[in-house]
Amino acid sequence: MAAISREEVAHLARLSRLAVTDEELDRFAGQLDVILQSVARIGDVAADDIPPTSHSVPLTNVYRDDVVQPSLKQEDVLAGAPDAAEGRFRVPRILDEEE
Amino acid sequence: MSTTVLPTYDDAVARYEPVIGLETHVELGTNTKMFCGCPTEFGAEPNTQTCPVCLGLPGALPVANRAGIEATIRIGLALNCDIAEWCRMARKNYFYPDMPKNFQTSQYDEPLCVDGYVDVDVDGETFRIEIERVHLEEDTGKSLHVGGATGRIHGATESLVDYNRAGIPLVEIVTKPVTGLGARAPEVARAYVTELRDIIRSLDVSDVRMEQGSLRCDVNTSLNKPGEEWGTRTEAKNVNSLRSVERAVRSEIIRQSGILDAGGSILQETRHFQEDTGDTRPGRSKETATDYRYFPEPDLVPIAPDPAWVAELKAALPEKPSVKRARLREEWGISEVDMQSVANAGAVELIEETIAAGASPAGARKWWMGELARRANETGVELAAVGASPAQVAQLQALVDEGKINDKLARQVLEGVVAGEGDPAQVMSARGLEVVSDTGALQAAVDEAIAANPDVAAKIRDGKVAAAGALVGAVMKTTRGQADAKTVRELILARLS
Ligand SMILES: [Zn+2]
Repeated sequence: MAAISREEVAHLARLSRLAVTDEELDRFAGQLDVILQSVARIGDVAADDIPPTSHSVPLTNVYRDDVVQPSLKQEDVLAGAPDAAEGRFRVPRILDEEE
Repeated sequence: MSTTVLPTYDDAVARYEPVIGLETHVELGTNTKMFCGCPTEFGAEPNTQTCPVCLGLPGALPVANRAGIEATIRIGLALNCDIAEWCRMARKNYFYPDMPKNFQTSQYDEPLCVDGYVDVDVDGETFRIEIERVHLEEDTGKSLHVGGATGRIHGATESLVDYNRAGIPLVEIVTKPVTGLGARAPEVARAYVTELRDIIRSLDVSDVRMEQGSLRCDVNTSLNKPGEEWGTRTEAKNVNSLRSVERAVRSEIIRQSGILDAGGSILQETRHFQEDTGDTRPGRSKETATDYRYFPEPDLVPIAPDPAWVAELKAALPEKPSVKRARLREEWGISEVDMQSVANAGAVELIEETIAAGASPAGARKWWMGELARRANETGVELAAVGASPAQVAQLQALVDEGKINDKLARQVLEGVVAGEGDPAQVMSARGLEVVSDTGALQAAVDEAIAANPDVAAKIRDGKVAAAGALVGAVMKTTRGQADAKTVRELILARLS
């Protein structure tokens, strides 16, 4: 059985604000399925004596002091932006009209 | 659009029981952001307080700010919470340009603080608001929507985004659903946010200014018929003042009641509170928790506060605002009800500072709770933002005490102060509001009044002292109120004895 359905891929694409064609949906669903099934194999070796691991290093409480470090210059920040105006990133309207 | 006939508030709460829940965001006043060293100062040029970490540039790695962790724990302790022995940050994934990383670093099922409570007093009755969780996250960038109605998301064709705010530590405080409030729900909601603000302000971890957005509140409201299950809730966002908290709950109760009365059902949705009309309108449809695909943040190691450190922080908590109010009530010699209105008006610190600046408790309270409270209410701003400072109010009262102005003139002086014309003494001279203390000028006005009212003068000469009031009125009229009524009366009686 597939680990991810075509509908789930379509849903994720919608959440990610990606316009995905029908043909791409089929292709991505297949590709993602291979990835998920491969990752799922880790579950096969996880026994009760192996706790779920979110961090590979056995560290806690790594903090820095509340001291200001230099920020980037505005022109540098915006240099990589597709579009900018008034010192800000310019992006298309995101939400559909709701009223 | 809707043809529903809205019931009155009284009818609504007679038929339905409201359940409310509040999610409050507090922007911490740390020097730097939560996961990078960028400064957090308000009002800087756009995108000048950003770096690879808070811009989400590839390869940038976050490191948590100790001050942000400490402030969150202190807030949790002040709200009577348990502090987690071990917890993790989580990624909340969503694609919206206010977060350049495409996720917000937050906490999910492992909040730093859990299970607390806040007791709030409304008209002498105490309500316990239970706190479900207090967690740490980061603020988002600020979008300016252009092309449609200014600043509004609806109708905008594009957005301009500033990431100076992105990454500033934000503490979210979530209550458990609060039931059994009945008609008091809107007032209790407001009192809770007020108490929360006072508690956090006492910790000195945030300036908790609603009008500046460092304290933000989302209000959940649902209605159910008595004895029935809880109804579907809506979430009102954009609630930007204490007064709006109360208005938002109230208007949602009325709106939902109208729909339920007509046999309709409530849509679970996010709504935007409208400051001008006091009601809510539909907002962006919310993605569900599963859509956010939370997972533990791999780039930040777990937080495991040392119990000794937590105990130390707990021992060092400042006086609780409720305890402080009890103390000040004693010192000021006022009733519990009066103290409550002072607290509800957000005037405790203002009055305290006014007294520290030299005013008497009664004098300080008179102006903040009278003229200034009225003005704040009329213009819909917080008392602290009304335009007069504690030092100015103290100076105003001093001018009254020195006899330079009377209460009536003082109100005009205050009007000038609020309008930004300067300190009370400056406004008094600039507007020429000083009491006529020139005895010669007053004497002339008194003589004039006696000459114009021979009948009244005769009565006073015959010993009917009460009649002097009419002459005092005449003198106050010719001096346009700028005379001290007591002095005038003395002058009249001296002349006619
Ligand atoms: Zn940064």
